[in-house]
Amino acid sequence: MKRKLLQVDDLALSIGNTRITKHLDLYIEEGSCWGILGPNGAGKTTLLHTLAGLYPADSGHIRYAGKKLDAYSPKELAGVRGVLFQTELSGFPGTLFETVLAGRHPHLGILGWETPEDLQQAARMIRLAGLEGLESRNTQTLSGGERQRMEIATLLTQQPHLALLDEPSNHLDPGQQIVMLQLLQKHFASAGHALLMVLHDCSLAIRFCDHLLLLKGDGQYLAGSTQKLATPENLSWLYQHPVSLQQVDGNTCLHFQ
Amino acid sequence: MPRHPLRKSLSLLFLLILFAIGSLGVSLMTGSVSIPAAQLWQLLWHDDGSVQYRIIHELRLPRTLSAFGVGGVLALAGVLMQALLRNPLADPYILGVSGGAAVAVLGAMLLGLPLAWHAPMAFVGALASILLLFALAQQGNWNTSRLLLTGVVLAAGWSALISFILSLSPPMQLPGMLFWLMGDLGDALTPSLPLAVLLIGLVISLWLSPALNLALLGSQRAAALGVEIRRLHIYIYILASLLTAAAVSIAGAIGFIGLIAPHMLRLLAGSDHRILVPGAVLIGAGLLVLADTAARTLIAPMQLPVGVLTALFGVPVFLLLLHKSYGERT
Repeated sequence: MKRKLLQVDDLALSIGNTRITKHLDLYIEEGSCWGILGPNGAGKTTLLHTLAGLYPADSGHIRYAGKKLDAYSPKELAGVRGVLFQTELSGFPGTLFETVLAGRHPHLGILGWETPEDLQQAARMIRLAGLEGLESRNTQTLSGGERQRMEIATLLTQQPHLALLDEPSNHLDPGQQIVMLQLLQKHFASAGHALLMVLHDCSLAIRFCDHLLLLKGDGQYLAGSTQKLATPENLSWLYQHPVSLQQVDGNTCLHFQ
Repeated sequence: MPRHPLRKSLSLLFLLILFAIGSLGVSLMTGSVSIPAAQLWQLLWHDDGSVQYRIIHELRLPRTLSAFGVGGVLALAGVLMQALLRNPLADPYILGVSGGAAVAVLGAMLLGLPLAWHAPMAFVGALASILLLFALAQQGNWNTSRLLLTGVVLAAGWSALISFILSLSPPMQLPGMLFWLMGDLGDALTPSLPLAVLLIGLVISLWLSPALNLALLGSQRAAALGVEIRRLHIYIYILASLLTAAAVSIAGAIGFIGLIAPHMLRLLAGSDHRILVPGAVLIGAGLLVLADTAARTLIAPMQLPVGVLTALFGVPVFLLLLHKSYGERT
């Protein structure tokens, strides 16, 4: 029996005068990988932030591991879900290592002092993200791709149960997109964990996600397994543009006419 | 095995403690009667009935310790405002918070309110100014130049109000008011107040340090990592206002310590608040002690307001910082 990490019931969400969802029902089981697809301005980022508890919903319930979102303290919640933001990190310069180490915050004791295990965890994730040797670099001097991989390393260091990712492939070259998504999938699409990511690239979503949430932008949505949902009809409906699908080397490719 | 990033900063903290103690020594030894180090040590602990003993204990020690406390308090207020606004150019003086406090204190003086009212009035003025700044600068997409402009305009507004109050004041009070406005420690002879405020502020800020570190990453990221960001902001508003109010009600509007001290520390040890908070306090305290020593000895027997000296030193540093931060963005 798989555990439901996230359960969403009858969620209504709007931003300004735009209805993002009216009655969204959804649950995410451990071990699964969800992708959110939708046209520009459909509210994918806002939905992600709402699920993370960072933006208020109009009505409905969000539960993590059966417990309501607002019953969690911020620190508890940070142990349960982590977020990869799309906006660029700005402000004060710190080193890459310090920034990645910040991911340990929800696990620190009352004094907020990192243990050797915390340091090792950060160092390991920096290595996995291919950033070894850049530990003492000032974050402001990193390239866009390096910064994105640093953010991924920070999320891996945080080790939440559910990872909510907004465009994890941003700023990455095509090769790195695959490497980083594989890294995320290996860590989060596993027992006790799951991931939910907003993606622009439908091919990547179909390749990596076993479930999809198609968000139309007017309150309509489709949710279910990728196998069932990734059809030319659904994607044409979603993007209001004719789409055809092709199989190349076992991967599905999209062709927008 | 990775080393803790703060390990190497501990020796720096030790050096800064030496610097702060050294500044206290220099200040106590220097003045119209200079007292050598060996004699100073004796005089600190043993009353030999000499004039020197009375100079040390009745004049120099209270004033030096007041400067130490006020300098530390200003540096701490600077660190907190910089974390709140995520901008290394934030400082209670530049952004008009000291101005707001000064207007409230001058208003209290003009209305003839008793001395005990000055500090609470300064707190109200500082808090009003900081909230006004945040409300004005946060509308829409705000950035460095918008924030600074808002702060500078607020400061200009407060300074107009100050001129207004001064022009209504009786001529007898004017020189004292002006000297106080420029930042002066001549009357600051009760060091227990600034030192107590500094100690309390330091303990709270150290406790907040891990959250302050995350706040630098931005409100959203900090919230996602488990910081109660709204509560943190409220703590900072109140604490920064209290610190600024304490400094202003004791020593007037002394500028730039809150800017220079944290900046020097960032250059030396990065922006981790667990080192930044105590380190900036030590640098700020030491710098103001040295500046005040210079203020009372440079053109002795006349005294300069110490705020003039910190501004002369601080303006070029501020311009350098501004130049650097714009250079990085373009």
